[in-house]
Amino acid sequence: MAGFRIAQIKVGESCSIARKRAHAYKLPSAYKQEIMTNITAILKKEFRSYFNSPIAYIFITFFLGISSWFFFRSFFLVNQAEMRGFFGLMPWIFLFFIPAVTMKLWAEEKKLGTVEILMTLPIRDYEVVVGKYLASFALLAVTVLLSLVIPLSVSYLGDPDGGTLIGGYIGLLLMGGAYLAIGLFASTLTENQIIAFIFGITTCFVLLIIGEDIVLFNTPNWLFPIFSYLGLGAHYSSILRGVLDSRDIIYYLSVIGFFLYLSALSVESRKWR
Amino acid sequence: MIEVRELTKSYGPTIAVNQVTFDAHAGEVLGFLGPNGAGKTTTMRILTCYLSADRGSATVAGYDVFEESVEVRKHIGYLPESAPLYTDMGVIEYLNFMTQVRHLPKSQRKERTRAVIDICGLEDVIQKDIGELSKGYRQRVGLAQSLIHDPPILILDEPTSGLDPSQIIEIRNLIKDIGKEKLVLFSTHILPEVSATCSRILIINDGKIVANGTPDELSSQAKGEDTVHIAIRAPQDAIEAKLDTLAFVSQWNHVKTDDGVVGYKITAEQGSDAAEALFHVVVENGWSLTELRQESVDLEDVFLNLTVREQE
Repeated sequence: MAGFRIAQIKVGESCSIARKRAHAYKLPSAYKQEIMTNITAILKKEFRSYFNSPIAYIFITFFLGISSWFFFRSFFLVNQAEMRGFFGLMPWIFLFFIPAVTMKLWAEEKKLGTVEILMTLPIRDYEVVVGKYLASFALLAVTVLLSLVIPLSVSYLGDPDGGTLIGGYIGLLLMGGAYLAIGLFASTLTENQIIAFIFGITTCFVLLIIGEDIVLFNTPNWLFPIFSYLGLGAHYSSILRGVLDSRDIIYYLSVIGFFLYLSALSVESRKWR
Repeated sequence: MIEVRELTKSYGPTIAVNQVTFDAHAGEVLGFLGPNGAGKTTTMRILTCYLSADRGSATVAGYDVFEESVEVRKHIGYLPESAPLYTDMGVIEYLNFMTQVRHLPKSQRKERTRAVIDICGLEDVIQKDIGELSKGYRQRVGLAQSLIHDPPILILDEPTSGLDPSQIIEIRNLIKDIGKEKLVLFSTHILPEVSATCSRILIINDGKIVANGTPDELSSQAKGEDTVHIAIRAPQDAIEAKLDTLAFVSQWNHVKTDDGVVGYKITAEQGSDAAEALFHVVVENGWSLTELRQESVDLEDVFLNLTVREQE
């Protein structure tokens, strides 16, 4: 970067101009620093608050309990060392767990009134949105990481396909990430956590089933490609097959980006004239 | 440091803030006085960049609240009404979070946290969760939060509500102290509070500023007259004849006669030192004085006058 900066200064320019230029280039990095500090502070606060309340423990315990039960039930019946059943269930388990994680992120702040202090701190709205999102993503990542116990025991008992396993976990994080963004948006709309929860589930559910065969079968032809592309599940199942297609990754990242943008808009809407 | 010009904000059909214009400078304690729902909180929320206004402009510390809101927020410490705090956080944890989002350099964080704990008297509760604290302590934590970055402008929305009398006095003293160098803007609907603390008062009613001045100015504006209660042991006729001749007495009323002591309520021109003059009159005439009391015009009268009249 420094070399680049010097290269930009034309021969013959005086020292003071050079210094001014260097200064002008420095500003964005200070700005970046500030954004990082803000996001990290919010992230840390929200992540800690998950563990200050019972939410994180309940989430982790129930998630691990339910997923291992579903997994091992079929595992011993079919007697095969594979995780397809486990991964196949995840979109449906996430449907109920993830909105429960995100519902409080904004609704609680509004209810308590703390949003008034938060939004009058020298932090930009989107920084708070991103910080909160990353905190919920961190909780999801920790939980998913802990569920690695299942594949570890599978590999002890048999010889699962490493590609599908890695693909499955990446898919899990991407899909969970999309659910989180939707849930976060739902939470910005209301001060009631129950409403945020239900709205989050409903939105995720709709986005999940529009890609299902049974829905696609009954959609008009012109809507078919849109629905099948927008469906949250279809991209996930293609990742599950062990094929990491950039289109699927881009799809999830756009869903996350879109709903984070909507969240920022919704938070900002208090200021609309 | 604060310049507000014709600020207007409405919620649907109700106009919460209507053409509000005022200035405030460092070293002032500005009391925002008004009945409930007068628009105090909305004005403060606009100044702290929580809400925007429909029309008008406002600059805080030289920055525009609509265009440069992050800069504005850096210069403000804000305590919203009823001190909303994260109940699941510990006191120290909360203050630490505030030092981070306020971008205090690492070297100062401990020192500033220490300082606000001392200022706000939080020593006894630093180990507790905010959820366990009483209303008074929460209010203090909220105040600590607003002071942690040593802001040049402090905006407090009803800072003394829910506190017990001794705590109220502490907070008032604190506000006065801070107001010596900085600008404190605080709202209240409790009258004695402003006369005890403020260097200047803004009375707001139905979204409009109806009065703006020092407590003394406002008191005199409202009446322009002093009232003196006097009781004299002397013949009633003689007193009344004398009262009629005094230039500064604009009106007198006979209140009572009790065992030879005659009581009057005298209205005199403002600033005429009526009590002292009356004392000399009594002495010159050889009467004896049993009661002499100059009534200071209450801010309460001013307030009621302004707000009730406006509502009619």
